[in-house]
Amino acid sequence: MKLLVPIKRVVDYNVKIRVKADGSGVELANVKMSMNPFDEISVEEALRLKEAGKASEVVVVSIGPAKAEETLRTALAMGADRAVLVETDDAVEPLAVAKILKGVAEAEQPSLIIVGKQAIDDDSNQTGQMLSALLGWAQATFASKVEIGEGSAQVTREVDGGLQTIDVKLPAVVTTDLRLNEPRYASLPNIMKAKKKPLDKKTPSDFGVDMSPRLKVLKTEEPSGRKAGVKVKSVAELVDKLKNEAGVL
Amino acid sequence: MAILLLADHDNAHLSDQTAKALTAAGKIGSDVHVLVAGAGAKAAAEQAAKLSGVTKVLVAEDQTLANNLAEPLAALIVSLAGSYEAIVSAATSVGKNVLPRVAALLDVAQVSEIIEVVSADTFKRPIYAGNAIQTVQSTDARKVITVRTASFAAAGEGGSASIESVSAAANPGLSTHVKDALSSSDRPELTSAKIIISGGRALGSSEKFQEVILPVADKLGAAVGASRAAVDAGYAPNDWQVGQTGKVVAPQLYIACGISGAIQHLAGMKDSKVIVAINKDEEAPIFQVADYGLVADIFEALPEFEKAVGAR
Ligand SMILES: Cc1cc2nc3c(=O)[nH]c(=O)nc-3n(C[C@H](O)[C@H](O)[C@H](O)COP(=O)(O)OP(=O)(O)OC[C@H]3O[C@@H](n4cnc5c(N)ncnc54)[C@H](O)[C@@H]3O)c2cc1C
Ligand SMILES: Nc1ncnc2c1ncn2[C@@H]1O[C@H](COP(=O)(O)O)[C@@H](O)[C@H]1O
Repeated sequence: MKLLVPIKRVVDYNVKIRVKADGSGVELANVKMSMNPFDEISVEEALRLKEAGKASEVVVVSIGPAKAEETLRTALAMGADRAVLVETDDAVEPLAVAKILKGVAEAEQPSLIIVGKQAIDDDSNQTGQMLSALLGWAQATFASKVEIGEGSAQVTREVDGGLQTIDVKLPAVVTTDLRLNEPRYASLPNIMKAKKKPLDKKTPSDFGVDMSPRLKVLKTEEPSGRKAGVKVKSVAELVDKLKNEAGVL
Repeated sequence: MAILLLADHDNAHLSDQTAKALTAAGKIGSDVHVLVAGAGAKAAAEQAAKLSGVTKVLVAEDQTLANNLAEPLAALIVSLAGSYEAIVSAATSVGKNVLPRVAALLDVAQVSEIIEVVSADTFKRPIYAGNAIQTVQSTDARKVITVRTASFAAAGEGGSASIESVSAAANPGLSTHVKDALSSSDRPELTSAKIIISGGRALGSSEKFQEVILPVADKLGAAVGASRAAVDAGYAPNDWQVGQTGKVVAPQLYIACGISGAIQHLAGMKDSKVIVAINKDEEAPIFQVADYGLVADIFEALPEFEKAVGAR
């Protein structure tokens, strides 16, 4: 059984985002980039399935600029077998990403595609569901536990009221939530080895996908900020302020 | 053309997330139909019909719709989509699960988690954990939108819409429901509570979390939240997580206890009306957004706080 794991190169989660003064977007020059944290979880899950003998090969794929190769190499260093880079400098929307991933899935024929729940840059939370729809496969989103059975997978999902467990027919798309696992770090020898692992380069036109955006970004602005308030000295003062100043108690 | 709003409900009760998403839907267009998909969902449908601004309620009742499985629910929405200009849902776990599937089947982009309707095709939405706000215009003829409910007031009652039955679409039969493990509690829900008290890693154990946070919550009639660190460590259940990847809340009062204030946590609570932070580190970033900060040990401050707020 082959596993496909899409990974996105995003601004590192520790970076303090700055909006450009002219409202045209956020500052991306000289900003630290990393693998989307949910995608690290996806890679980890795929590797564990392989190590448990449930899967034979882990293929990672990214759609993005040439630099996304670094991110793919990180996944290879974690232990993925092969990578596909679909190179484009255009901003990509989840629908277009899903269409390209569909093309990759048709070529690779995986039994399971493990997608992150959300990219921490656009916070869309769409791609996995869209991909599953385009392939006509089952979806199991926000997974905190995945068990592979015969021709199906049992997935525990984090939902608003708690947890839901469902069975999905394979092939399927799973999207990963934070508590699925704790991703490993790549060791130095594995980082060296990853440089020699196969990485295929493609372009969106290889998949016949029209990348033109459906959403026009008119403006990007700072959120209305919040100012620090006051420090109170005691619990009594806090309660007094909440009752008599803020009126919320 | 009309707007189709997917109801969030558990068959017996309509969640107030629907009433909030309705306010957003009403700003996109005035003819809003609510879709209640479930099994034995009559009660939820009747509640939806009473919401002011709803012009029609569609009920689809079928066993395949009982558990909000994405594939049959998406198939149902797509079967109805032809008559609608926009398909809207609250950004609940059900909405976030199914709407992108609908969007892809309709070959349109989804606009996720809008916080403002600028016009019928233009919306504001947060990106980068709320550190930037984008204004986007949809160029698709049909729009698929999820609504961040913390940004919209709930629509009131006073409507008397007609209720119409619609049939479920063919179930693709790709997934089956095994079980739900839902937390039941007498406390208010996080996304509708007026007061929330949240605990972080500082609590140290699930026993301490219960011992220190819950009595204050009960005293205040508050909902309980948690940071990711507290949830990951097992001090609190997953559905209590507040933040970029948990729930987004905007209560009247948010009390953060032993939470450092990482941007991912702030993303979920910084629109609260009044924020209180109790943390023993006076440099903790949470104090930068707190209206009232108390530098103290939570294990001392919270029991004292509970006493001081008195009987309510
Ligand atoms: C992709 C991604 C998504 C994330 N999503 C979320 C999310 O949705 N929600 C979320 O919360 N986090 C999220 N995080 C995690 C986030 O980055 C922080 O790690 C997390 O919020 C920290 O939780 P904390 O404040 O409880 O713990 P810490 O940062 O460890 O803070 C503990 C605080 O408690 C204080 N303290 C310790 N002892 C006491 C005491 N006795 N009395 C008073 N104060 C005390 C300390 O001074 C410290 O400030 C996410 C991270 C990533 C990478
Ligand atoms: N450009 C991309 N390349 C590869 N995978 C992507 C890309 N964009 C999104 N994804 C995948 O889709 C997930 C959800 O992204 P989103 O729908 O944008 O929030 C990510 O965690 C990735 O697994």
